[in-house]
Amino acid sequence: MDRNQSRRQLTAMKQSLFDQGLLDEQFVQLEELQDDANPNFVEEIVTLYYRDSSRLISNIEQALKERTPLDFNKLDTLMHQFKGSSSSIGAKKVKAECNLFREYCRAGNAEGCMKSFQQLKKEYAALRKKLEAYFQLARQAGPQETACRSK
Amino acid sequence: MNLSNNSKGSMSTPSSSSLLKTTGDAVTDQFPAGLRVLVVDDDPTCLMILERMLRACLYEVTKCKRAENALSLLRENKNGFDIVLSDVHMPDMDGFKLLEHIGLEMDLPVIMMSADDGKSVVMKGVTHGACDYLIKPVRIEALKNIWQHVVRKRKSGWKDLEQSGSVEEGDRPPKGSDDGDYSSSLNEGKASKKRRDEEEDGEERDDSSTLKKPRVVWSVELHQQFMAAVNQLGIDKAVPKKILELMNVPGLTRENVASHLQKYRLYLRRLSGVSQQQTNLNNPFLNPQEATFGTTSFNGIDLQTLSAAGQLPAQSLAKLQAVGLDRPTAKTGIPLPLSEHKNLFSFENPRLRFGEGQLQHLSSSKPMNLLHGIPTNVEPKQLANLHHSNQSLGNLNVRVNASAVQNSPLLMQMAQTQPRGQMLGENAGSHVTRFPSSLVQPAGPNGISNGVMGNGIAGTSNITPVYNHLPQSTSLLNFPMNQTNEIPVSSFPLRSTPGITNIPTKGMFYEEGTSDIKVSGGYVPSYDIFNELHHQKSHDWDLTNTGMAYDVSQHANLLQGNIDVSPSVLVHQGFPSIQQSGQHRDTSSIGKGMFSTDEGMHQGNLQNVGQHVNNLDNSVTVKVERIPDPSSQINNIFSEQYGQEDLMSALLKQQEGIGAAENEFDFDGYSLDNIPV
Repeated sequence: MDRNQSRRQLTAMKQSLFDQGLLDEQFVQLEELQDDANPNFVEEIVTLYYRDSSRLISNIEQALKERTPLDFNKLDTLMHQFKGSSSSIGAKKVKAECNLFREYCRAGNAEGCMKSFQQLKKEYAALRKKLEAYFQLARQAGPQETACRSK
Repeated sequence: MNLSNNSKGSMSTPSSSSLLKTTGDAVTDQFPAGLRVLVVDDDPTCLMILERMLRACLYEVTKCKRAENALSLLRENKNGFDIVLSDVHMPDMDGFKLLEHIGLEMDLPVIMMSADDGKSVVMKGVTHGACDYLIKPVRIEALKNIWQHVVRKRKSGWKDLEQSGSVEEGDRPPKGSDDGDYSSSLNEGKASKKRRDEEEDGEERDDSSTLKKPRVVWSVELHQQFMAAVNQLGIDKAVPKKILELMNVPGLTRENVASHLQKYRLYLRRLSGVSQQQTNLNNPFLNPQEATFGTTSFNGIDLQTLSAAGQLPAQSLAKLQAVGLDRPTAKTGIPLPLSEHKNLFSFENPRLRFGEGQLQHLSSSKPMNLLHGIPTNVEPKQLANLHHSNQSLGNLNVRVNASAVQNSPLLMQMAQTQPRGQMLGENAGSHVTRFPSSLVQPAGPNGISNGVMGNGIAGTSNITPVYNHLPQSTSLLNFPMNQTNEIPVSSFPLRSTPGITNIPTKGMFYEEGTSDIKVSGGYVPSYDIFNELHHQKSHDWDLTNTGMAYDVSQHANLLQGNIDVSPSVLVHQGFPSIQQSGQHRDTSSIGKGMFSTDEGMHQGNLQNVGQHVNNLDNSVTVKVERIPDPSSQINNIFSEQYGQEDLMSALLKQQEGIGAAENEFDFDGYSLDNIPV
C-alpha cells in the first residue's frame, strides 16, 4: 500500500520535473539503463554529477572573480565542460542556462555572464534538491520494475 | 576470454586477424556483442554513463579518463580493442590529437564525441579521420550501431588487398557483396544476417591464408622503421613498394604500408596545414578552415575550370573572379578543411580518367577558352591574359590551393585529374604550390585553362589531367610559385593542381598508382590517391571506384600531357563520382574522410567548381598581374608552410622549382553544386 502510494507519488514527482522543464529525455535514457544489476544507477550518476560539477562550478566562480577583463575563452571552455556534464544527466534548465552563459561569453558581456551564472547556480541547486527528494522516494518505493513484490 | 572476444569482434574480418584465425565459426554469431570498446572522457559522469550504455549494448568496455592512459593502453594491448570512443575536449590532450595518433599507430576506428555540435568541430573530426562524430548527450541508440565502423574498416582493409592485386584479390570480391550490406545498414537484424554471411566468408578466408589479411598494428618501432624508410627514400620516392623493401619486415604487405603511408601523409598534411597557417604565406586565406578567401580564390579557379567545362554557372565565375581579384568574397561554401586537401589530391589519379581525348578538347580551344561554352564573366581580355600569363594560372593555382585546401576535394581532383605524379603529390599536400605548377603546365591557352580547370576541378579530380598536360607548364610553373606568394589567396583549392604542373614536365606519374607523390625531399604529405582510393576507410565512396578507374587509365593518358581533356569533361567525370557518394565528397578518395564530406557538398561543389572554373579564367588573369615574385619564392614559402608542401615543392621544383606553390586548397565553401554533372 505504502509502496504503491510511494510509487504513484514518485511517478507524479517525476512527471512534474519533466513538466517544469527541469529534466529532459536524457534522464529517461538513464532510467532505462537501470535494471536489476544496476538498481540505483540513476541516483549514482546524479550523485557523481553533483560531486564532480561542484568543482567546475567553483572553477567558474573563481574565474569570474578574477580581475577584469574576464577571460571569456576560459570561461567558455569551463562552461562547455559543465554543459556537457549537465546535459548527460538530462538537466534541461541548467543546460539552457549554460548556453546562455556561453553566449554572453562569446559576446564578451561580463555582466551578462555574471547574471546568467547566478541564475545557473540557482537552477543547479533547485534541481539538486528536487532530485534528492525524488531518489529518497524512489528508495522507499522500491524497484520500479517489479510492480508487485511479495513481502 | 580472448577467444570469445575474438570471435565476437572478428566477424570474419581479416582485420581482426587473430579473431578469424582463432574463432572461426563462433564469432560471428554474437557480433557485435563483445565488441571491445575503449572509451576516453575526462568527465566522470559522462564516462560512467557511456560505460553503462556500452555494457547494455553487450560490448566489452574499458574506460579511461585521460588520453595518455588510453594511448598507452592501446599501445600495450595491440589488437586488444576494436574501436575507440573519445571526447573532443580533454585537459591533457586534444581529442583530435589522440585521434591522429590512433589512426597512425593502430589504425582503429575512432568515434569522437562532444557537446559541441558546431560545424567546424564536426568538420575537424572528419578531416582528422574520425569515422563518426556523436553529439552529447549520447544516446544508447547511437552506440548500438558503432560496430558498423569496425566492419567498415575491416572491409576497406580487404579492399586494399584487392586493389593491390595481391593474391587475395580473387577471393575478395565475393565478400564484397556481403560487406556492402554492413556498412550502410543500421538495421541490426540485417546486420546479423550479414554477419552470418560474413562469417561464412570469414571462414573461407580462414582456410586460405592468403585471403586473410591480418591487421597490422603499427607499433612505435614499426612506425619508426617505416619513417626511416620513408625518409631514406625521400618523400617523393616513398612508394609503398620501396618502403616495404626497405623496412624488410616479414609479413608486412605492400597494402599495409600503403595504407599506413596514406595515413601518415594525412597526418603530415594536417601538421603542415597547421604550420602553414602559422606561417601563412600571404594571407588570411591560409586559414584552412575558413579559407573563405581561399575558397573564393579557389573557387574562382575552380570555377573557371569548371566553367570552362561549361559547368559553372556564371555567378560562380563572378565569385571566382572576385576571388581572383583577391577579393575575399564570401566563402563559396566549400568547406573543405585544409586537411582535406589531401583527400582532394588523392583524386588525382581518378582524374586521369579523362584521357587524352578530353585533354585535347581543352587544349584545342584557346587558352582562354576554358570558359568557352560557359557564360562567365571572364572578359576576353582576361582570357587573353590567361593565355599569356601562365603565371596567373600559377597564381590561381596557388590561390586555389590556398582556398581549396579545405573544400575542394573536388577541385583538387579536378585539377589533379591526373595521374601525374605531381598531381598526386599536390593532392596530398594540396598546397598552393602545387597548384601553380599545375596551372603552369598548360602552357598555352589550353594549358591555362587546364590549369584552371585543374584547380577548379581539383575537387572533382577529373580535371587534373588537364593541367598536367600543358606542355608549357614550365614557364607557368614558375609563375605560380611566385605568384602564390603574392596571392593572398591562401587557400588554394588547387591542391590538386600541384600535381598537374609537375606532371607534364616530368611526366611524373604515380608509379604505384597509389599516390606516390614524388616530391623530392621531405615527406610528401600528399596522399597517395590510389591508396586512398583503396583505403577508403569508413567511407563508402563511389568515388573509390571512380578513382580506381582513373588510376588505371590515367597514368597513361595524362602523362601524355594532353591537355586536351576538356575541363568540362573532366568536371563531369569528377562529378558523377562525387555526386554519387553523397558523403564522399572527397571523390578524391580522401579516404579518411578528410573532405568535408557533407552530403550536400559534393554535388553542390561540383557545380560550383564548374562555375569557379569559369571565374578562374578571369581570376587567373587577374592574379597574374599580381604576382610578381619569382616562383622560387613561392616554393619557399609553401614549403615552409605546409608539411605537405614538401611534396608539392618537390614537384614544383621539378618544374621550375615551383614547389611551394601547392597550397592546400581551401575548398571551403567550394560548392560543387553548380557543377552540372
